[in-house]
Amino acid sequence: MATVRVGELVRLDGVALGYDGEVALRDVNLQISPGELIGIVGPSGCGKTTLLRSLLGETEVYAGDSSVADNTRVGYVPQVETVDWNFPITVEQVALLGSWRTRRWLPWTSRAERSRARVVLSQLGIADLADRPIRALSGGEQQRTFLARALVRSPDLLLLDEPTSGVDIKTRHEILHQLAALNHAGVTVVLTTHDLNGVASHLPRLIALGEQTVLADGPPSEVLQPAILERAYGQPMLVVQSGNETYVLPVPEEAPGAHEEPPARPNVVNVIRRPDADDA
Amino acid sequence: MLEPFDFGFMQRAMIAATLVGGVTAAVGVFVILRRLAYIGHGLAHSIFGGAVVSFTLGINFFLGASIWGAFSVFLINQAARRRQIGGDAAIGIITTAAFAIGIAVISRARSFTRDFEAALFGEILGITNQDLYVTAGMVLLIAVVLFLLWKPLVFITFDQDVATAYGIPVRWVEAIFSLALAATVVAALQVLGVTLIAAALVIPPVVARLMTDSFPRLFAIAVLIGAFTGFLGVYISWFADVSSGATIVLVQAAVFVLTLAWGVLGSRRGRNAARRAERLAGLERSLTE
Repeated sequence: MATVRVGELVRLDGVALGYDGEVALRDVNLQISPGELIGIVGPSGCGKTTLLRSLLGETEVYAGDSSVADNTRVGYVPQVETVDWNFPITVEQVALLGSWRTRRWLPWTSRAERSRARVVLSQLGIADLADRPIRALSGGEQQRTFLARALVRSPDLLLLDEPTSGVDIKTRHEILHQLAALNHAGVTVVLTTHDLNGVASHLPRLIALGEQTVLADGPPSEVLQPAILERAYGQPMLVVQSGNETYVLPVPEEAPGAHEEPPARPNVVNVIRRPDADDA
Repeated sequence: MLEPFDFGFMQRAMIAATLVGGVTAAVGVFVILRRLAYIGHGLAHSIFGGAVVSFTLGINFFLGASIWGAFSVFLINQAARRRQIGGDAAIGIITTAAFAIGIAVISRARSFTRDFEAALFGEILGITNQDLYVTAGMVLLIAVVLFLLWKPLVFITFDQDVATAYGIPVRWVEAIFSLALAATVVAALQVLGVTLIAAALVIPPVVARLMTDSFPRLFAIAVLIGAFTGFLGVYISWFADVSSGATIVLVQAAVFVLTLAWGVLGSRRGRNAARRAERLAGLERSLTE
């Protein structure tokens, strides 16, 4: 069992992990320091959720060493698609599940737990929805409700599985803003995302998964590279850089019978904006 | 109207039905929300096998049926963990096999046929003081289990994946709940019989679900409906002169139909009111323009 070093929250050394004897990821080397904001990217089924859940200790480790610093409180926000939205439970009751360990043998919650839940719901802007059943929530409200359940435990490490899937652009922006605020407050945030342009490219550190392992780990400028993305997604990708913004686009497949020519330049396009572009 | 209360056997029957009605509804809340209604039905049949073997071997019914039920639950849990089988198939195989053992034993020992009919269809009017004490003890035990495991059970029922992530020992809690379910079925066997237990597990929570979106409220309503319909079923059966178990389930079914009808009428009234409000708003707009 590896132990995290001073200044580390999580350490994975040459880890192979998965479920029920099946290896999903191998040779994973990863260090996470307190206060980081990290995105895990890659195609569907590449092991993003598995890597996230390995930080919860919910996967089987077949090789290597993995450890999380002692006394780390972990908050987890699952994909909203996995939730039974017809379950008879209100927003406040969901949030209170996060503090189940407090007075665990009693069915009722204390006044302190309820007031803590109310504070978290207020911070997330959904205090007025406290008594609303979860089935009557919008996509963004659903995400915030499950974020509240994670935050009620005052986590040091917050893990989110696709927190922006199924929400509109405005809600996505609000969720990312809230995660950034939490991160500024000292919470280490690790999230998975499919959204390379709207989410991943704005994060300070990305981990790209593919071919059952970690393909790249670093800032978006290093990870969102055509060669890495092609290995991850199995398809050529075009990376467009415009100022500080990075956009990733799949290169359209050529029509059958079309003439094939090797690309004259790598698939990175730098768009240089004219100073007066905003006025146009 | 008070005639049934004059008889000791009716008093015992009404107390037993109230207790069993309440506890089956309480356990049933978790059963329906975990979409496990089938397990209640299966376990009732499985425990019938245990009851038959207990009679034949001269073992105390409650003890024999409880051990049989616990063993069935253990086998179901073990089989269901295998990916290739799945929970519903595991329940189907194990509970029908256990039931078949009971039938096989009956066919060998025909002299017990009447007792087995009682287990199949319930014989609440034959409850002795001792039976009542044992039933009350089992109900109390199940209530204590639900009280102590309330938070983990609610969490697991709602979101098992995250419950595991938040440190809830899901396998242990599930195993204890399964044993509580088996104990509930054993306690209900004499009151309702094998064939009607599933209805008592399912109907009160479903009725409560139609009434509320809050889990604690749903639980309280379900227990009240279960207990009250248990009592009312035995009371009505005195005057109707029909089987008490069947009357309990019929009363519960009637409550379900009434609640459903009330809900349908309520939503229709709501839609009509919304349409009226819309028409009035339109009229107001046309007058002001």
